[in-house]
Amino acid sequence: MISRLRAFGAFWYDFIIGDDWRVAAVVAVALAATFGVSKTSVPAWWILPLAVALVLPLSLWRARRKG
Amino acid sequence: MSGTTAALFIAVFLACAVEAVEAVTIVLAAGTARDWRSAGLGVGSALVVLAAVIAALGPALTAIPIGALRLVVGGLLLVFGLQWLRKAVLRYSGHKGLHDEEAIFQREVAAARAAHAERRWAVNDWYSYTLSFKGVLLEGLEVAFIAITFGSNQHDVPLAALAAACAVVVVSAVGFAVKAPLARVPENTLKFVVGVMLTGFGMFWGAEGADAHWPGSDAALLVIIPVVALFALGLVAVLRRSLPPRATAAPVAPVVPTLQEQS
Repeated sequence: MISRLRAFGAFWYDFIIGDDWRVAAVVAVALAATFGVSKTSVPAWWILPLAVALVLPLSLWRARRKG
Repeated sequence: MSGTTAALFIAVFLACAVEAVEAVTIVLAAGTARDWRSAGLGVGSALVVLAAVIAALGPALTAIPIGALRLVVGGLLLVFGLQWLRKAVLRYSGHKGLHDEEAIFQREVAAARAAHAERRWAVNDWYSYTLSFKGVLLEGLEVAFIAITFGSNQHDVPLAALAAACAVVVVSAVGFAVKAPLARVPENTLKFVVGVMLTGFGMFWGAEGADAHWPGSDAALLVIIPVVALFALGLVAVLRRSLPPRATAAPVAPVVPTLQEQS
């Protein structure tokens, strides 16, 4: 039973988080920051593109070093 | 058809085509190496489960407020898109082997031939049945998720469902007509394009769901998607330069993916 639960959890972790958990973490933080900034008078649309521009090269750099 | 509607159709069609290629490869391997009838029963059972999931999930999603839906779905699509894009950039820069459906097919066939035959209930060959069932269910869940979420977010579920159905029908028809893995489908290229589109839509919906407003509203998508594509191609070029000399001497995929390889 426990091994089945583990396999179920592993499937969803792999499905949602994938190879690099940092990507999911940065997306979550960027969404929270966008929500926070959108409540001010400052435009908030640029936060997610900035997060992508930072996290994708960083994730690729880590993958290249590991590979 | 407006630009964003066309982008929705293309994104869903391509994403679902990639998943359909993977499912068809598994079913073909089970049918070719073992038993077509059992493989067909596996496909049918998986489709019944998928229909139940879609029937439950579809109305539930439409009941969620659009802001919350866009926030959650945008975030998920962005994470998925970045995963796809990461792998695609690594493949095209030569840091990861290209996805090879022919090799996957051969591996599945070899594994299927090595497995013992076992009859259960009305199924002649349990291995073929479970292999097809799992393959179609898992890939089908991804197709359903993509179609329902894209459709709900753009208030056009019928168009997204049509795009998904077209992709599944086209890929299945071709796969079963040639009775061979779809090695000529440019799956690596499709995955690159789908990664770009998922990332673009994910950024757009995620920001909108978090109460941000894009300059130009929906038209911003027509800028976001090409910019993401150019950024990813730039990363491919940069990473390719960092390959060690031995690796750079070997032939690798071009920066703009050709139609030769499949993922």
